Amino acid sequence: MRNKKPLTPPTRFQRYGLLILGLTLVGTISIAAIFAPLLTPYDPFALNVDNLLQAPSSTHLFGTDALGRDVFSRILYGGRVSLWVGFVAVGISTAIGLVLGLTAGYFGGLVDEIIMRGVDVMLCFPSFFLILAVIAFLEPGLMNIMIVIGFTSWMGVARLVRAETLSLRKRDFVQASKLAGAGPIRIMATHILPNAITPVLVSATLGVAGAILVESSLSFLGLGVQPPDPSWGNLLMDGKEVLEIAPWLSVFPGMAILLTVLGYNLLGEALRDILDPRLKQ
Amino acid sequence: MTKNALEITNILEIKNIKRHYPVSSGILSLSKATVKAVNDISLEVRNGETLGLVGESGCGKSTLARLLTGLESPDAGSIFFKDKEFKNWDSAKIGTMMQMVFQDPYSSLNPRQKVGNIISEGMRIHKFGSRKEISARVEELLVQVGLRPEHAKRYPHEFSGGQRQRIAIARAIAMNPDLIVCDEPVSALDVSVQAQVLNLLKKIQKEFKLSYVFISHDLSVVSHISDRVAVMYLGKLMEIAPTETLYHNPLHPYTQVLLEAVPIADPTIKTVEASISGDMPSPISPPSGCPFHPRCLKAMDICKETPPVRKEVEPDHYVFCHLY
Repeated sequence: MRNKKPLTPPTRFQRYGLLILGLTLVGTISIAAIFAPLLTPYDPFALNVDNLLQAPSSTHLFGTDALGRDVFSRILYGGRVSLWVGFVAVGISTAIGLVLGLTAGYFGGLVDEIIMRGVDVMLCFPSFFLILAVIAFLEPGLMNIMIVIGFTSWMGVARLVRAETLSLRKRDFVQASKLAGAGPIRIMATHILPNAITPVLVSATLGVAGAILVESSLSFLGLGVQPPDPSWGNLLMDGKEVLEIAPWLSVFPGMAILLTVLGYNLLGEALRDILDPRLKQ
Repeated sequence: MTKNALEITNILEIKNIKRHYPVSSGILSLSKATVKAVNDISLEVRNGETLGLVGESGCGKSTLARLLTGLESPDAGSIFFKDKEFKNWDSAKIGTMMQMVFQDPYSSLNPRQKVGNIISEGMRIHKFGSRKEISARVEELLVQVGLRPEHAKRYPHEFSGGQRQRIAIARAIAMNPDLIVCDEPVSALDVSVQAQVLNLLKKIQKEFKLSYVFISHDLSVVSHISDRVAVMYLGKLMEIAPTETLYHNPLHPYTQVLLEAVPIADPTIKTVEASISGDMPSPISPPSGCPFHPRCLKAMDICKETPPVRKEVEPDHYVFCHLY
């Protein structure tokens, strides 16, 4: 005990530095993707046979691909697809996780048992191979990817929400609400959910990063977003055949994925630290 | 205090009520041990009175409170509210007859809801009026419990423990109940604040013609507010009598030691050695016969075998003890 440093609260930088870095990354990339039509100098689909595989230059910031398309424009448009997939997939998984977690935690007993065993079963599958199998069965496409990623990643949220619900439903304000005549749905919506939402927010932020990675992997394998629609994953795939002569085709989409995932992870972890009441001063 | 039993109308009556919790012990949970939290209790709450309920922690007071308000269902026995049996009732209806004030004002108010919404939840569910009427009523209620109308727009964390308990009281009376079960409403508060909240409860009782069941482990608090006091031990009733009678003439040996244990704020008075030893036995396997017999100085052979029955030793003074 004597030689140990006393525990100190995190400094301002430790607390907010990561948050600001995460917000900057996420914000810049999101704005660039949202305003892609205004920011891109070229049509991302326009072929230009005179300018195949151009190295990055002032006319083509990130160079051009094997069909002469502007890589910068394609990355911004691809960002729209990748981010959209991330958000919708996380929206689906969070919604499923919330409903099942609340139901399991609030009603307990057999309902809880059934839902949680369902979670266990879902967790048994290596999720990426499950997604591959399902996508191979359905057909690859934007909609299917979002749905499949959403339906295979809700288990963490469900467990999280269930645990919070279990402790909240015994609280006196829930008992008081029962005495006021509130039914289960009202209690879950007004008393349990608002008090359980913080960890869900953190997990959703981290989930966006995960979903973007899965989408990129799928598109890279040709099972995701289909060409000619750009997404970061299939931009990477386009680049791999000409990696030695035109590395910029792979480097820039790779950077985009890396920075976005990093940004969401930083943001998620910073949110967790800031929102955790135990770490509050 | 009472002469004629016919004059008294009971607002709430419970008969032979039991609540046992199964405890699974052992890996295979084959053993069927139960915690006998409330074990065969009968009592009545009279119209307009405050019935104090005292006992050590773990004696089943809070379980009894939850049974009374229908937050839990008894394993056996029946509950009558205004002579109507309380069975498979619409739980939404109970709230307009009975309300509860909880022990911990920090856990009884939803931290994410505004005070106005906390107080009006029941009124909104039961459609007591238009939105305007309800919010006017909320402001009125806040004033009645000693807060200000503008407090409706604040969140619970902006209030102190005593103020929070006032909010909880406002929430309870908003439903116009006939009975409020107060489960240790002041034990989490400072002594100075305790008195304010107790006086508020008394004032509100008069204004709204309420009956109270007032649960506490603090005998001085109970004597301050109650008309009658019931003493509980290990899920059973020991003695029930009007407050004055119970404090001046305790008959049950348990009540006697309980009253002796009350500290007196006077350094010149030498405290008597406690005439009780040991801890309260586990409610999982309560002693046979009278649950108090292992610790009772006056225990007889019969106490180990037969549970004592209710005896009216003097008018309105009931004891569960073989001595009488």
